[in-house]
Amino acid sequence: MGLKLKESVVFEEIENGNFSLDVRGYGCPHVQIYTEKALKKIDSGKSLTVVFDNPSSGESITYLCTASGDDLFARDEQAGTFTWSIRKA
Amino acid sequence: MQGLSTTATTATKSRRRGYLFSAAIAIVVLAVSLVYLAVDARFIYLLVYAWFGVVYGIFLQYGRFCMASAIRDLFAVGVPRMAVGVLIAIILYAVISAFIQDAGFNSFHAHPLGWHVLIGGLIFGLGMVFSGGCASSSLYKTGEGNLAGALVLFSISFSQAWFVSAGGWLNNLVPEAWTAAAANAQMPDELSATDGWFDQFTAGYLWELNGTTAATLSGWGENLGNYLFANAFVVAILPSLILLVLLYRFNYRKIFIRQHPLPASSRISFAYELKGIWSMFTQSRNTAIAGVGLGIFAGLHMLLTGELREHYNIFNFGELLAEMGYTSGLSIQDSVFDPGYWYITTQEAQWGGWVLDKLGFNMMDNIFFGLENGIPNPLLNAPGMMSIGIILGAAMLANITGEFKWKWPNTETVILALVGGALMGLGSRIGMGCNIGAFFATVTNGDISGWVFLAGMTIGGYFAVKAIKAWIDWQLSRTADF
Repeated sequence: MGLKLKESVVFEEIENGNFSLDVRGYGCPHVQIYTEKALKKIDSGKSLTVVFDNPSSGESITYLCTASGDDLFARDEQAGTFTWSIRKA
Repeated sequence: MQGLSTTATTATKSRRRGYLFSAAIAIVVLAVSLVYLAVDARFIYLLVYAWFGVVYGIFLQYGRFCMASAIRDLFAVGVPRMAVGVLIAIILYAVISAFIQDAGFNSFHAHPLGWHVLIGGLIFGLGMVFSGGCASSSLYKTGEGNLAGALVLFSISFSQAWFVSAGGWLNNLVPEAWTAAAANAQMPDELSATDGWFDQFTAGYLWELNGTTAATLSGWGENLGNYLFANAFVVAILPSLILLVLLYRFNYRKIFIRQHPLPASSRISFAYELKGIWSMFTQSRNTAIAGVGLGIFAGLHMLLTGELREHYNIFNFGELLAEMGYTSGLSIQDSVFDPGYWYITTQEAQWGGWVLDKLGFNMMDNIFFGLENGIPNPLLNAPGMMSIGIILGAAMLANITGEFKWKWPNTETVILALVGGALMGLGSRIGMGCNIGAFFATVTNGDISGWVFLAGMTIGGYFAVKAIKAWIDWQLSRTADF
Protein backbone atom coordinates (compact mmCIF):
# COMPACT_ATOMS: atom_id res chain seq x y z
CA MET A 1 0.00 0.00 0.00
CA GLY A 2 1.52 3.34 -0.97
CA LEU A 3 0.69 6.70 -2.42
CA LYS A 4 2.55 9.39 -4.25
CA LEU A 5 0.78 12.67 -4.68
CA LYS A 6 2.29 15.36 -6.89
CA GLU A 7 5.73 14.03 -5.94
CA SER A 8 5.28 15.66 -2.55
CA VAL A 9 3.15 13.63 -0.16
CA VAL A 10 4.30 10.07 0.28
CA PHE A 11 2.41 7.64 2.52
CA GLU A 12 3.74 4.12 2.40
CA GLU A 13 4.13 0.96 4.44
CA ILE A 14 7.62 0.43 5.81
CA GLU A 15 7.13 -3.03 7.29
CA ASN A 16 4.54 -5.14 9.11
CA GLY A 17 1.80 -2.54 9.14
CA ASN A 18 4.08 0.34 10.17
CA PHE A 19 3.86 3.37 7.88
CA SER A 20 5.74 6.53 6.97
CA LEU A 21 4.29 9.82 5.82
CA ASP A 22 6.50 12.36 4.06
CA VAL A 23 4.87 15.78 3.89
CA ARG A 24 7.98 17.90 3.41
CA GLY A 25 7.26 21.05 1.47
CA TYR A 26 3.78 21.45 2.86
CA GLY A 27 2.67 23.96 5.48
CA CYS A 28 -0.40 24.42 7.63
CA PRO A 29 -2.92 22.89 7.70
CA HIS A 30 -1.93 20.22 5.17
CA VAL A 31 0.66 18.58 7.41
CA GLN A 32 -1.70 18.06 10.34
CA ILE A 33 -4.62 17.02 8.10
CA TYR A 34 -2.51 14.41 6.29
CA THR A 35 -1.16 13.17 9.64
CA GLU A 36 -4.66 12.81 11.05
CA LYS A 37 -5.82 10.94 7.94
CA ALA A 38 -2.78 8.66 7.98
CA LEU A 39 -3.31 7.80 11.65
CA LYS A 40 -6.89 6.80 10.85
CA LYS A 41 -5.58 4.40 8.22
CA ILE A 42 -3.18 2.40 10.36
CA ASP A 43 -3.99 -0.29 12.89
CA SER A 44 -3.85 0.07 16.66
CA GLY A 45 -0.37 -0.66 18.02
CA LYS A 46 1.32 0.15 14.71
CA SER A 47 3.52 3.17 14.17
CA LEU A 48 3.50 6.11 11.81
CA THR A 49 6.69 8.06 11.08
CA VAL A 50 5.91 11.58 9.92
CA VAL A 51 8.57 13.62 8.11
CA PHE A 52 7.77 17.34 7.85
CA ASP A 53 9.54 20.70 7.69
CA ASN A 54 6.89 23.12 8.87
CA PRO A 55 7.74 23.72 12.57
CA SER A 56 4.32 25.03 13.60
CA SER A 57 2.63 21.81 12.48
CA GLY A 58 4.55 20.02 15.24
CA GLU A 59 2.50 21.78 17.91
CA SER A 60 -0.74 20.60 16.34
CA ILE A 61 0.51 17.04 15.86
CA THR A 62 1.54 16.93 19.53
CA TYR A 63 -1.96 17.98 20.55
CA LEU A 64 -3.55 15.52 18.15
CA CYS A 65 -1.68 12.72 19.90
CA THR A 66 -2.60 14.07 23.35
CA ALA A 67 -6.26 14.14 22.36
CA SER A 68 -6.31 10.69 20.79
CA GLY A 69 -4.04 9.00 23.30
CA ASP A 70 -1.58 8.01 20.57
CA ASP A 71 2.03 7.74 21.76
CA LEU A 72 4.42 10.26 20.22
CA PHE A 73 7.45 8.16 21.16
CA ALA A 74 10.28 9.62 19.07
CA ARG A 75 11.14 13.11 17.88
CA ASP A 76 14.16 13.89 15.77
CA GLU A 77 15.07 17.19 14.15
CA GLN A 78 17.86 17.74 11.65
CA ALA A 79 18.41 21.13 10.00
CA GLY A 80 14.74 22.07 9.99
CA THR A 81 13.41 18.64 9.02
CA PHE A 82 11.39 16.86 11.70
CA THR A 83 11.01 13.09 11.88
CA TRP A 84 8.44 12.08 14.47
CA SER A 85 7.18 8.60 15.26
CA ILE A 86 3.70 7.93 16.63
CA ARG A 87 2.31 4.62 17.89
CA LYS A 88 -1.43 4.43 17.45
CA ALA A 89 -3.37 3.73 20.65
CA MET B 1 29.23 3.63 14.61
CA GLN B 2 31.06 5.71 12.03
CA GLY B 3 27.73 6.63 10.46
CA LEU B 4 26.38 7.81 13.78
CA SER B 5 29.49 9.84 14.44
CA THR B 6 29.28 11.50 11.01
CA THR B 7 25.62 12.39 11.63
CA ALA B 8 26.44 13.90 15.02
CA THR B 9 29.30 15.93 13.53
CA THR B 10 27.05 17.23 10.74
CA ALA B 11 24.39 18.19 13.29
CA THR B 12 26.96 20.02 15.42
CA LYS B 13 28.28 21.91 12.39
CA SER B 14 24.74 22.78 11.35
CA ARG B 15 23.93 24.03 14.85
CA ARG B 16 27.16 26.09 14.97
CA ARG B 17 26.32 27.61 11.59
CA GLY B 18 22.87 28.49 12.95
CA TYR B 19 24.39 30.35 15.91
CA LEU B 20 26.70 32.24 13.54
CA PHE B 21 23.83 33.26 11.24
CA SER B 22 21.82 34.38 14.23
CA ALA B 23 24.72 36.43 15.58
CA ALA B 24 25.25 37.92 12.12
CA ILE B 25 21.59 39.02 11.96
CA ALA B 26 21.88 40.61 15.43
CA ILE B 27 25.02 42.46 14.35
CA VAL B 28 23.32 43.71 11.16
CA VAL B 29 20.33 44.97 13.19
CA LEU B 30 22.70 46.75 15.58
CA ALA B 31 24.87 48.21 12.80
CA VAL B 32 21.90 49.45 10.77
CA SER B 33 20.42 50.97 13.93
CA LEU B 34 23.68 52.85 14.56
CA VAL B 35 23.70 54.12 10.96
CA TYR B 36 20.15 55.46 11.35
CA LEU B 37 21.06 57.17 14.63
CA ALA B 38 24.23 58.61 13.11
CA VAL B 39 22.17 60.14 10.30
CA ASP B 40 19.64 61.60 12.72
CA ALA B 41 18.99 60.72 16.37
CA ARG B 42 15.25 61.22 15.78
CA PHE B 43 15.24 57.95 13.85
CA ILE B 44 14.98 56.34 17.29
CA TYR B 45 11.23 56.59 16.63
CA LEU B 46 11.55 54.29 13.60
CA LEU B 47 14.01 52.01 15.37
CA VAL B 48 11.61 51.39 18.26
CA TYR B 49 9.22 49.88 15.73
CA ALA B 50 12.06 47.77 14.28
CA TRP B 51 13.30 46.53 17.65
CA PHE B 52 9.82 45.62 18.87
CA GLY B 53 9.37 43.85 15.53
CA VAL B 54 12.43 41.72 16.34
CA VAL B 55 10.94 40.89 19.76
CA TYR B 56 7.56 40.04 18.20
CA GLY B 57 9.33 37.82 15.65
CA ILE B 58 11.14 35.92 18.40
CA PHE B 59 7.94 35.32 20.38
CA LEU B 60 5.89 34.47 17.28
CA GLN B 61 8.44 31.88 16.16
CA TYR B 62 8.93 30.53 19.68
CA GLY B 63 5.21 29.96 20.19
CA ARG B 64 4.44 29.14 16.51
CA PHE B 65 1.94 31.91 17.11
CA CYS B 66 -0.61 32.13 14.33
CA MET B 67 -4.15 33.46 14.54
CA ALA B 68 -5.09 31.48 11.45
CA SER B 69 -4.20 28.41 13.42
CA ALA B 70 -6.44 29.54 16.30
CA ILE B 71 -9.46 29.18 14.04
CA ARG B 72 -8.26 26.73 11.42
CA ASP B 73 -6.89 23.99 13.68
CA LEU B 74 -10.07 23.98 15.75
CA PHE B 75 -12.13 23.18 12.66
CA ALA B 76 -9.54 21.14 10.78
CA VAL B 77 -8.21 18.81 13.48
CA GLY B 78 -9.90 19.92 16.75
CA VAL B 79 -6.74 21.51 18.21
CA PRO B 80 -7.39 24.54 20.49
CA ARG B 81 -3.84 25.33 21.67
CA MET B 82 -3.47 28.46 19.52
CA ALA B 83 -6.92 29.81 20.40
CA VAL B 84 -5.86 29.51 24.05
CA GLY B 85 -2.60 31.40 23.39
CA VAL B 86 -4.38 34.23 21.57
CA LEU B 87 -6.96 34.61 24.36
CA ILE B 88 -4.19 34.75 26.99
CA ALA B 89 -2.48 37.51 24.99
CA ILE B 90 -5.76 39.42 24.71
CA ILE B 91 -6.39 39.34 28.47
CA LEU B 92 -2.89 40.59 29.30
CA TYR B 93 -2.74 43.25 26.61
CA ALA B 94 -6.18 44.59 27.56
CA VAL B 95 -5.07 45.21 31.16
CA ILE B 96 -1.80 46.86 30.09
CA SER B 97 -3.61 48.92 27.48
CA ALA B 98 -5.99 50.32 30.14
CA PHE B 99 -3.04 51.57 32.19
CA ILE B 100 -1.40 53.05 29.10
CA GLN B 101 -4.61 54.84 28.21
CA ASP B 102 -4.81 56.27 31.72
CA ALA B 103 -1.22 57.46 31.36
CA GLY B 104 -2.29 59.32 28.21
CA PHE B 105 -0.13 57.38 25.73
CA ASN B 106 -2.75 55.19 24.11
CA SER B 107 -2.79 55.85 20.35
CA PHE B 108 -5.76 53.59 19.58
CA HIS B 109 -8.75 54.95 17.62
CA ALA B 110 -12.02 53.03 17.61
CA HIS B 111 -13.05 51.55 14.27
CA PRO B 112 -16.36 52.47 12.64
CA LEU B 113 -18.79 49.60 13.08
CA GLY B 114 -20.81 48.29 10.14
CA TRP B 115 -21.37 45.34 7.81
CA HIS B 116 -17.93 45.90 6.30
CA VAL B 117 -16.26 44.55 9.46
CA LEU B 118 -18.04 41.18 9.18
CA ILE B 119 -17.48 40.91 5.42
CA GLY B 120 -13.86 42.03 5.67
CA GLY B 121 -13.28 39.47 8.41
CA LEU B 122 -14.91 36.75 6.34
CA ILE B 123 -12.74 37.44 3.29
CA PHE B 124 -9.66 37.70 5.52
CA GLY B 125 -10.58 34.40 7.22
CA LEU B 126 -10.83 32.62 3.88
CA GLY B 127 -7.46 34.04 2.85
CA MET B 128 -5.56 33.24 6.02
CA VAL B 129 -6.59 29.59 5.94
CA PHE B 130 -5.82 29.21 2.22
CA SER B 131 -2.42 30.86 2.57
CA GLY B 132 -1.45 28.73 5.56
CA GLY B 133 -1.11 31.56 8.06
CA CYS B 134 -2.26 35.00 9.14
CA ALA B 135 -0.45 38.20 8.23
CA SER B 136 1.91 38.00 11.22
CA SER B 137 2.67 34.32 10.86
CA SER B 138 3.49 34.79 7.17
CA LEU B 139 6.23 37.14 8.35
CA TYR B 140 7.68 34.80 10.96
CA LYS B 141 7.46 31.83 8.60
CA THR B 142 9.40 33.86 6.05
CA GLY B 143 12.00 34.22 8.80
CA GLU B 144 12.07 30.42 9.13
CA GLY B 145 13.09 30.24 5.46
CA ASN B 146 9.61 29.42 4.17
CA LEU B 147 9.41 31.15 0.79
CA ALA B 148 5.65 30.56 0.58
CA GLY B 149 5.44 33.06 3.45
CA ALA B 150 7.32 35.59 1.30
CA LEU B 151 4.84 34.99 -1.53
CA VAL B 152 1.95 35.66 0.85
CA LEU B 153 3.66 38.91 1.83
CA PHE B 154 4.06 39.87 -1.84
CA SER B 155 0.41 39.09 -2.53
CA ILE B 156 -0.90 40.99 0.52
CA SER B 157 1.18 44.03 -0.45
CA PHE B 158 0.17 44.33 -4.09
CA SER B 159 -3.46 43.26 -3.71
CA GLN B 160 -4.01 46.04 -1.19
CA ALA B 161 -2.11 48.63 -3.22
CA TRP B 162 -4.21 47.77 -6.28
CA PHE B 163 -7.49 47.64 -4.38
CA VAL B 164 -7.21 51.05 -2.69
CA SER B 165 -6.27 52.80 -5.91
CA ALA B 166 -8.25 50.96 -8.60
CA GLY B 167 -11.09 52.61 -10.48
CA GLY B 168 -12.37 51.57 -13.88
CA TRP B 169 -14.80 48.66 -13.76
CA LEU B 170 -14.76 48.68 -9.95
CA ASN B 171 -16.59 52.03 -10.09
CA ASN B 172 -19.59 50.16 -11.49
CA LEU B 173 -19.92 48.34 -8.17
CA VAL B 174 -20.24 51.53 -6.13
CA PRO B 175 -23.73 52.42 -4.80
CA GLU B 176 -24.93 55.85 -5.90
CA ALA B 177 -25.34 56.93 -2.28
CA TRP B 178 -21.62 56.42 -1.68
CA THR B 179 -20.70 58.49 -4.73
CA ALA B 180 -23.01 61.31 -3.60
CA ALA B 181 -21.63 61.26 -0.05
CA ALA B 182 -18.04 61.12 -1.34
CA ALA B 183 -18.74 64.12 -3.59
CA ASN B 184 -19.97 66.04 -0.54
CA ALA B 185 -16.91 65.17 1.52
CA GLN B 186 -15.07 68.21 0.14
CA MET B 187 -11.89 66.33 -0.60
CA PRO B 188 -9.10 68.05 -2.57
CA ASP B 189 -9.40 67.48 -6.33
CA GLU B 190 -6.08 65.62 -6.51
CA LEU B 191 -7.57 62.77 -4.48
CA SER B 192 -10.39 62.21 -7.02
CA ALA B 193 -12.58 60.86 -4.20
CA THR B 194 -15.44 59.96 -6.56
CA ASP B 195 -13.20 57.73 -8.69
CA GLY B 196 -12.31 54.32 -7.30
CA TRP B 197 -14.29 51.79 -5.28
CA PHE B 198 -12.22 52.12 -2.14
CA ASP B 199 -12.24 55.93 -2.16
CA GLN B 200 -16.02 55.98 -2.35
CA PHE B 201 -16.28 53.19 0.22
CA THR B 202 -14.15 55.32 2.56
CA ALA B 203 -15.60 58.79 1.97
CA GLY B 204 -19.14 57.71 1.11
CA TYR B 205 -19.66 54.87 3.60
CA LEU B 206 -17.02 54.58 6.34
CA TRP B 207 -16.97 58.27 7.20
CA GLU B 208 -20.73 58.17 7.72
CA LEU B 209 -20.31 55.58 10.50
CA ASN B 210 -19.28 55.91 14.10
CA GLY B 211 -17.04 53.86 16.29
CA THR B 212 -16.50 54.02 20.01
CA THR B 213 -15.07 52.20 22.97
CA ALA B 214 -17.01 50.74 25.88
CA ALA B 215 -15.46 53.25 28.29
CA THR B 216 -16.70 56.19 26.22
CA LEU B 217 -20.08 54.57 25.62
CA SER B 218 -20.63 53.85 29.32
CA GLY B 219 -20.48 57.54 30.21
CA TRP B 220 -18.68 56.74 33.47
CA GLY B 221 -15.81 59.02 32.67
CA GLU B 222 -12.34 58.71 31.25
CA ASN B 223 -10.49 57.18 34.18
CA LEU B 224 -8.47 54.08 34.99
CA GLY B 225 -11.33 52.33 36.76
CA ASN B 226 -13.56 52.68 33.73
CA TYR B 227 -10.79 51.68 31.29
CA LEU B 228 -10.17 48.57 33.37
CA PHE B 229 -13.83 47.72 33.82
CA ALA B 230 -15.56 48.74 30.58
CA ASN B 231 -12.72 48.42 28.06
CA ALA B 232 -10.60 45.64 29.53
CA PHE B 233 -13.00 43.53 31.56
CA VAL B 234 -16.31 43.82 29.70
CA VAL B 235 -15.04 43.88 26.12
CA ALA B 236 -11.85 41.81 26.31
CA ILE B 237 -11.44 39.73 29.46
CA LEU B 238 -14.99 38.50 30.03
CA PRO B 239 -15.56 37.32 26.42
CA SER B 240 -12.08 35.73 26.42
CA LEU B 241 -12.81 33.88 29.66
CA ILE B 242 -16.15 32.67 28.28
CA LEU B 243 -14.40 31.40 25.12
CA LEU B 244 -11.72 29.70 27.22
CA VAL B 245 -14.36 27.95 29.32
CA LEU B 246 -16.18 26.84 26.16
CA LEU B 247 -12.92 25.52 24.68
CA TYR B 248 -12.30 23.62 27.90
CA ARG B 249 -15.84 22.27 28.16
CA PHE B 250 -16.21 21.11 24.58
CA ASN B 251 -12.63 20.20 23.71
CA TYR B 252 -9.99 19.82 26.41
CA ARG B 253 -12.07 18.55 29.37
CA LYS B 254 -12.44 15.01 28.08
CA ILE B 255 -8.69 14.78 27.54
CA PHE B 256 -7.98 16.08 31.06
CA ILE B 257 -10.44 13.64 32.63
CA ARG B 258 -8.87 10.75 30.72
CA GLN B 259 -5.38 11.79 31.81
CA HIS B 260 -6.41 12.49 35.42
CA PRO B 261 -9.04 9.87 36.27
CA LEU B 262 -10.88 10.20 39.56
CA PRO B 263 -11.77 7.26 41.78
CA ALA B 264 -15.19 5.84 40.88
CA SER B 265 -16.76 7.16 44.10
CA SER B 266 -15.49 10.75 43.61
CA ARG B 267 -17.46 13.55 42.05
CA ILE B 268 -15.87 16.15 39.82
CA SER B 269 -15.26 19.23 41.97
CA PHE B 270 -14.86 22.88 41.00
CA ALA B 271 -11.19 22.70 42.03
CA TYR B 272 -10.74 19.75 39.67
CA GLU B 273 -12.25 21.78 36.82
CA LEU B 274 -9.96 24.72 37.59
CA LYS B 275 -7.01 22.37 37.52
CA GLY B 276 -8.20 21.18 34.14
CA ILE B 277 -8.44 24.73 32.81
CA TRP B 278 -4.94 25.49 34.06
CA SER B 279 -3.74 22.31 32.36
CA MET B 280 -5.29 23.56 29.12
CA PHE B 281 -3.37 26.85 29.49
CA THR B 282 -0.07 25.07 29.96
CA GLN B 283 -0.48 22.10 27.59
CA SER B 284 1.39 24.02 24.92
CA ARG B 285 4.03 25.78 27.00
CA ASN B 286 5.63 27.62 24.08
CA THR B 287 2.34 29.05 22.88
CA ALA B 288 1.31 30.16 26.38
CA ILE B 289 4.68 31.85 26.99
CA ALA B 290 4.45 33.56 23.59
CA GLY B 291 0.94 34.78 24.48
CA VAL B 292 2.22 36.29 27.72
CA GLY B 293 5.26 37.83 26.03
CA LEU B 294 3.34 39.29 23.11
CA GLY B 295 0.70 40.73 25.43
CA ILE B 296 3.30 42.47 27.60
CA PHE B 297 5.56 43.71 24.79
CA ALA B 298 2.66 44.96 22.65
CA GLY B 299 1.67 47.11 25.63
CA LEU B 300 5.22 48.35 26.18
CA HIS B 301 5.47 49.19 22.48
CA MET B 302 2.44 51.47 22.67
CA LEU B 303 3.78 53.07 25.85
CA LEU B 304 7.22 53.78 24.40
CA THR B 305 5.88 55.16 21.12
CA GLY B 306 3.50 57.39 23.09
CA GLU B 307 6.42 58.67 25.19
CA LEU B 308 8.40 59.46 22.05
CA ARG B 309 5.46 61.32 20.51
CA GLU B 310 5.27 63.46 23.62
CA HIS B 311 9.04 63.97 23.62
CA TYR B 312 9.08 65.14 20.00
CA ASN B 313 5.71 66.91 20.35
CA ILE B 314 4.19 65.11 17.37
CA PHE B 315 1.03 63.15 16.64
CA ASN B 316 2.43 61.27 13.67
CA PHE B 317 5.84 60.15 12.40
CA GLY B 318 5.19 62.10 9.18
CA GLU B 319 5.71 65.33 11.11
CA LEU B 320 9.10 64.09 12.29
CA LEU B 321 10.04 62.99 8.77
CA ALA B 322 9.10 66.45 7.46
CA GLU B 323 11.20 68.10 10.18
CA MET B 324 14.13 65.90 9.13
CA GLY B 325 13.64 66.95 5.51
CA TYR B 326 12.14 63.72 4.17
CA THR B 327 8.94 64.94 2.53
CA SER B 328 8.72 62.52 -0.38
CA GLY B 329 5.91 60.00 0.06
CA LEU B 330 4.11 61.93 2.79
CA SER B 331 0.35 62.32 2.44
CA ILE B 332 -1.11 65.76 1.74
CA GLN B 333 -1.51 66.12 5.52
CA ASP B 334 2.22 65.41 6.00
CA SER B 335 1.25 62.13 7.63
CA VAL B 336 2.29 58.52 7.17
CA PHE B 337 0.90 55.30 8.57
CA ASP B 338 1.95 55.30 12.22
CA PRO B 339 -0.37 53.27 14.46
CA GLY B 340 1.95 53.28 17.46
CA TYR B 341 1.32 49.61 18.14
CA TRP B 342 1.54 46.11 16.62
CA TYR B 343 0.03 46.27 13.14
CA ILE B 344 0.80 44.42 9.96
CA THR B 345 -1.12 44.91 6.74
CA THR B 346 -1.17 48.66 6.07
CA GLN B 347 2.61 49.01 5.96
CA GLU B 348 2.70 46.11 3.51
CA ALA B 349 0.15 47.95 1.34
CA GLN B 350 2.55 50.91 1.42
CA TRP B 351 5.38 48.71 0.15
CA GLY B 352 3.25 47.63 -2.80
CA GLY B 353 2.11 51.21 -3.38
CA TRP B 354 5.68 52.51 -3.30
CA VAL B 355 6.83 49.97 -5.88
CA LEU B 356 3.88 50.70 -8.18
CA ASP B 357 4.54 54.43 -7.79
CA LYS B 358 8.15 53.88 -8.87
CA LEU B 359 6.86 51.92 -11.86
CA GLY B 360 4.97 55.01 -12.95
CA PHE B 361 1.47 54.46 -11.58
CA ASN B 362 -0.19 57.36 -9.78
CA MET B 363 -0.64 55.94 -6.29
CA MET B 364 -1.32 59.19 -4.44
CA ASP B 365 -4.62 60.16 -6.08
CA ASN B 366 -6.61 58.20 -3.51
CA ILE B 367 -7.66 58.66 0.09
CA PHE B 368 -5.83 55.65 1.51
CA PHE B 369 -2.35 56.71 0.42
CA GLY B 370 -2.84 60.34 -0.66
CA LEU B 371 -4.76 61.59 2.38
CA GLU B 372 -4.04 59.16 5.17
CA ASN B 373 -1.05 56.85 4.98
CA GLY B 374 1.37 58.10 2.34
CA ILE B 375 3.85 55.87 0.56
CA PRO B 376 7.21 56.60 2.21
CA ASN B 377 10.42 55.01 1.00
CA PRO B 378 10.55 51.58 2.69
CA LEU B 379 13.74 52.71 4.46
CA LEU B 380 11.67 55.48 6.12
CA ASN B 381 8.59 53.37 6.79
CA ALA B 382 8.55 52.87 10.58
CA PRO B 383 5.81 50.17 10.81
CA GLY B 384 7.41 48.57 7.73
CA MET B 385 10.58 48.24 9.78
CA MET B 386 8.49 46.40 12.38
CA SER B 387 7.47 43.87 9.74
CA ILE B 388 11.11 43.43 8.67
CA GLY B 389 12.02 43.13 12.35
CA ILE B 390 9.54 40.27 12.75
CA ILE B 391 11.19 38.40 9.87
CA LEU B 392 14.67 38.97 11.32
CA GLY B 393 13.65 38.10 14.90
CA ALA B 394 12.09 34.85 13.74
CA ALA B 395 15.17 34.09 11.60
CA MET B 396 17.45 34.63 14.62
CA LEU B 397 15.53 32.20 16.82
CA ALA B 398 14.97 29.64 14.05
CA ASN B 399 18.73 29.59 13.37
CA ILE B 400 19.52 29.14 17.06
CA THR B 401 17.04 26.27 17.48
CA GLY B 402 18.08 24.66 14.20
CA GLU B 403 14.62 25.06 12.67
CA PHE B 404 15.68 27.40 9.87
CA LYS B 405 15.39 25.78 6.46
CA TRP B 406 14.98 27.24 2.98
CA LYS B 407 11.72 25.82 1.70
CA TRP B 408 10.69 26.18 -1.92
CA PRO B 409 6.93 25.89 -2.25
CA ASN B 410 5.34 23.39 -4.62
CA THR B 411 2.77 24.48 -7.22
CA GLU B 412 -0.20 23.92 -4.92
CA THR B 413 1.40 25.94 -2.13
CA VAL B 414 2.30 28.79 -4.53
CA ILE B 415 -1.31 29.07 -5.74
CA LEU B 416 -2.69 28.94 -2.21
CA ALA B 417 -0.17 31.55 -1.03
CA LEU B 418 -0.99 33.98 -3.84
CA VAL B 419 -4.77 33.51 -3.67
CA GLY B 420 -4.82 33.49 0.14
CA GLY B 421 -2.55 36.54 0.33
CA ALA B 422 -4.76 38.47 -2.10
CA LEU B 423 -7.89 37.59 -0.11
CA MET B 424 -6.20 38.69 3.10
CA GLY B 425 -5.21 41.94 1.40
CA LEU B 426 -8.77 42.69 0.23
CA GLY B 427 -10.31 41.54 3.52
CA SER B 428 -7.98 43.66 5.60
CA ARG B 429 -8.83 46.80 3.64
CA ILE B 430 -12.59 46.24 3.79
CA GLY B 431 -12.43 45.23 7.46
CA MET B 432 -9.93 48.02 8.27
CA GLY B 433 -7.11 45.78 9.40
CA CYS B 434 -5.90 42.24 9.78
CA ASN B 435 -6.24 39.82 12.67
CA ILE B 436 -4.01 42.19 14.64
CA GLY B 437 -5.25 45.67 13.68
CA ALA B 438 -8.93 44.81 13.27
CA PHE B 439 -9.21 42.17 15.99
CA PHE B 440 -6.42 41.99 18.58
CA ALA B 441 -5.84 45.75 18.89
CA THR B 442 -9.55 46.60 18.89
CA VAL B 443 -10.96 44.17 21.44
CA THR B 444 -8.11 44.93 23.83
CA ASN B 445 -8.97 48.63 23.69
CA GLY B 446 -12.68 48.30 24.40
CA ASP B 447 -13.86 48.36 20.78
CA ILE B 448 -16.35 45.56 20.11
CA SER B 449 -15.84 45.78 16.33
CA GLY B 450 -12.96 43.32 16.81
CA TRP B 451 -15.33 40.57 17.93
CA VAL B 452 -17.41 41.19 14.80
CA PHE B 453 -14.22 40.85 12.74
CA LEU B 454 -13.45 37.60 14.59
CA ALA B 455 -16.96 36.33 13.81
CA GLY B 456 -16.30 37.04 10.12
CA MET B 457 -12.85 35.39 10.31
CA THR B 458 -14.41 32.35 11.96
CA ILE B 459 -17.07 31.97 9.26
CA GLY B 460 -14.48 32.46 6.50
CA GLY B 461 -12.03 30.13 8.22
CA TYR B 462 -14.68 27.44 8.64
CA PHE B 463 -15.55 27.43 4.93
CA ALA B 464 -11.90 27.58 3.89
CA VAL B 465 -11.13 24.53 6.05
CA LYS B 466 -14.06 22.71 4.47
CA ALA B 467 -12.76 23.63 1.02
CA ILE B 468 -9.18 22.51 1.76
CA LYS B 469 -10.33 19.22 3.28
CA ALA B 470 -12.61 18.60 0.28
CA TRP B 471 -9.67 19.37 -2.04
CA ILE B 472 -7.38 16.97 -0.19
CA ASP B 473 -10.06 14.24 -0.13
CA TRP B 474 -10.68 14.69 -3.86
CA GLN B 475 -6.98 14.43 -4.63
CA LEU B 476 -6.65 11.32 -2.49
CA SER B 477 -9.72 9.70 -4.00
CA ARG B 478 -8.13 9.98 -7.45
CA THR B 479 -4.91 8.33 -6.45
CA ALA B 480 -4.82 5.46 -4.03
CA ASP B 481 -5.94 3.93 -0.77
CA PHE B 482 -4.66 6.66 1.56
